[in-house]
Amino acid sequence: MLLAPIIWVLTIGIVYFFVAKTWWFPPPINQHGLDYDAQFMRTLIVVGIVFTLAQFALGYVIAKYRKNGGKASFSHGNNKLETLWTSATAILFLGLVVMGTKIWAGVHFDEAPPDAIPIEVMAKQFSWSFRYPGPDGKFGHTDLHLVNDANGDPFGLDPKDPAGKDDLLSGSLKVPVGKPIKLIMHARDVIHNFFVPELRMKQDIVPGMEIPIHFVADKIGIYEVPCSELCGLGHFQMRTTMQVMSEADFEQWKLQTAANK
Amino acid sequence: MSAPSHAAHQAPKSFIWKYVFSLDHKVIGIQYYLLGLFSVLVGMSLSLLMRFHMVNPTASLAWIGKLWPTAAAGGVMTPELYLSLMTMHGTIMVFFVLTTVPQGGFGNYFLPIQIGAEDMAFPVLNMMSFWTTFLALVVMISAFFVQGGAPLAGWTGYPPLSGAGPLTGPGEGAGQTLWIISIAIFCGASLMGAINFIATTVDLRCKGMTLMRMPLTCWTWLVTAILGLLGFAVLLAAGVLLILDRHAGTSFFLPGGMMINDHIIANHKGGSPLLWQHLFWFFGHPEVYIAILPGMGVTSQLLATFARKPVFGYKAMVYAILSIGFLGFLVWGHHMFMSGMNPYSAMAFATLTMCIGVPSAIKTFNWIGTLWGGQIHFTTAMLFALGFVSLFVTGGVSGIFLGQPALDLYFHDTYFVVGHFHMIMGVAAIFGMFAGTFFWFPKMFGKMLNETLGKIHFYCTFIGVYCIFTPMHLVGIAGNPRRYADFTNVEYLAKLIPVHQFMTYAAYFTASVQVIFLINLVWSWIKGPKAPANPWNCTTLEWSVPSPPPHDNFGGVHPVVYHGAYEYSVPGAAEDFIMQNDPTPLPSGD
Repeated sequence: MLLAPIIWVLTIGIVYFFVAKTWWFPPPINQHGLDYDAQFMRTLIVVGIVFTLAQFALGYVIAKYRKNGGKASFSHGNNKLETLWTSATAILFLGLVVMGTKIWAGVHFDEAPPDAIPIEVMAKQFSWSFRYPGPDGKFGHTDLHLVNDANGDPFGLDPKDPAGKDDLLSGSLKVPVGKPIKLIMHARDVIHNFFVPELRMKQDIVPGMEIPIHFVADKIGIYEVPCSELCGLGHFQMRTTMQVMSEADFEQWKLQTAANK
Repeated sequence: MSAPSHAAHQAPKSFIWKYVFSLDHKVIGIQYYLLGLFSVLVGMSLSLLMRFHMVNPTASLAWIGKLWPTAAAGGVMTPELYLSLMTMHGTIMVFFVLTTVPQGGFGNYFLPIQIGAEDMAFPVLNMMSFWTTFLALVVMISAFFVQGGAPLAGWTGYPPLSGAGPLTGPGEGAGQTLWIISIAIFCGASLMGAINFIATTVDLRCKGMTLMRMPLTCWTWLVTAILGLLGFAVLLAAGVLLILDRHAGTSFFLPGGMMINDHIIANHKGGSPLLWQHLFWFFGHPEVYIAILPGMGVTSQLLATFARKPVFGYKAMVYAILSIGFLGFLVWGHHMFMSGMNPYSAMAFATLTMCIGVPSAIKTFNWIGTLWGGQIHFTTAMLFALGFVSLFVTGGVSGIFLGQPALDLYFHDTYFVVGHFHMIMGVAAIFGMFAGTFFWFPKMFGKMLNETLGKIHFYCTFIGVYCIFTPMHLVGIAGNPRRYADFTNVEYLAKLIPVHQFMTYAAYFTASVQVIFLINLVWSWIKGPKAPANPWNCTTLEWSVPSPPPHDNFGGVHPVVYHGAYEYSVPGAAEDFIMQNDPTPLPSGD
């Protein structure tokens, strides 16, 4: 009997924290993020109603139908009710998936636009590296035997390939604001995961696979990138940042990095 | 359908055949239960150490330094020790608690009695299945004591982290090998058990026990066994391939072109890390239902018994169990939305995942329908069953977020996932076990458990688990990745540390109130009041025999069943329940 008020209080408490948003998403920084948040809120409202109704109904029957010396009603069920709640749930659940399809398609079905800036990502235990193709727009050839982590080259740039001469390397990701970016992602040892909460996007990076993702970041700022797939003892420290810069700052950064090579 | 005599065997006289290598399903059921009880205490202790480390990453505890002189030199736990604890917590809980207790424990003890059989179909196989499980547990725990310690690749053991040997980290040498061997042995044990459960249900039902008269518990044990048979076979194969990759130079899961810890890996080429994930989750998702289905069965049984009403929509419940079992094999890809698999397949897996939510919702509706208009007796067993329903709803609805690939783009591998699966597969399933314990302890041990202690334990645990696992959803929404040893290296996680502290205190509280349960078990077993044959006025066959039942369950009598499993409060009947083997016809006709 005590259980009914406890269930109600817990339910109200849980609903409070989802309304108060004390611990919540960081603000999104692109259209995809806004769409994502809209889909999340749609789902949250549906789920919130289902959750609250179910818990309150449970509390209600617990409070109402406690033993009182009378006789329980006798019923083996009701096929009409079964059909009703089965189809209602199915429509609700499948409807949500259908509504979210466009968001998923935008990330995974659409190709990156042809003018997207390509950046290669190399994830390894327990650091991130990024490679830009330089003014020639071409990535140079790499070879694992030429890897020199101590010198800041986890890719293994081949000095004999002219296309690689102007490649730029960086330990953090720098991107220009409002431009389509295409990340070409590789992992050298185990599985890692590229995650920028503000982008509302993450992707596993798997050894032996080349996995591309693309996005646009519309807000200047520095955003953290925590590794989000268990990769070993340093997993919790495998962090870098994504800096979204004005186009001028980005060009300046490239020039400076090239000059410091 | 009457029980053939080959299942019966003489009652053993000597201690070793009666209590150790017993062929009696009842003794084996208790053995499984005790193995699970030991495992849950180990698994819970590991989780407390993890929760301690997450909020006190630099604290030094002398006794931890003594337990792990290398991994916690000076008493400060290292990140690799944290990951070992995490891996072993998940593995021990999933395999040796959630898989063994509901099925191997309660299923073993009560499936034969509830269907009117004298024993399982293959008693020797049953005994071997338990001792093989025991061996698997010994091998698993031994991983703590080898060079490098226990593995750190998580309970999912993704290669290359788990497949490339000690280069990928401490614990990835002998510890990871023992982990795989233990899992493979466990798979063998589960396959033996699954065959036995299926054969028993199909062949040994007594006269009159049609499938549609079976208690819902039996339906869930049957479907769980089918899931085990198909799932563990695949996991066994995957485990063998992983061992071959590690020790025989094959490349099933290891691609070429890897460089690990400054070493170029030249001897592997052409493998696929995703292949492991497909094989693992082909087992791993049905495993979720292996853990939760028996809890659903127990809950259905208890709600009817203590509301004094027939299960609402028995047939719908059976179809829901069957469709959960079937769809359970078609949704494994929702664990892999971010894995790099073909993004178009995500749409199919998402649609099927939402479909599997439907039978789960049906069950919830029917549980509330069962309670509606009832006369609810608030025994401790019933409280745990009601708690199960509440936790099942809470754990279930978060799945509606995670099942959408679009929303998983953010939530994958965050604490939102950790909160979700602990709610539903962890604590809801464990509430099913507590419910089963309070309901069946009188039958198993012939003594009643203490109701006052039971209720204190229930309320503390119910509030405690909500306090541990609800905040996980919130820090998940804030973007907290899972499997982090501490939260000091990522700036935006700093503001979440107070929430983690709260969860840690909630975990200490919840763990400590489990002492009440242990005291209740031991005290009641020794000093508890004697249990009558049918203390709950329940309808199913196990309550038609003495507590505890004789060696052959029915004392040489072959029971005959005349009614469905849940004939409560039938209008015109003398009492508010009609036992399944009561030959008097129902007043309103059957």
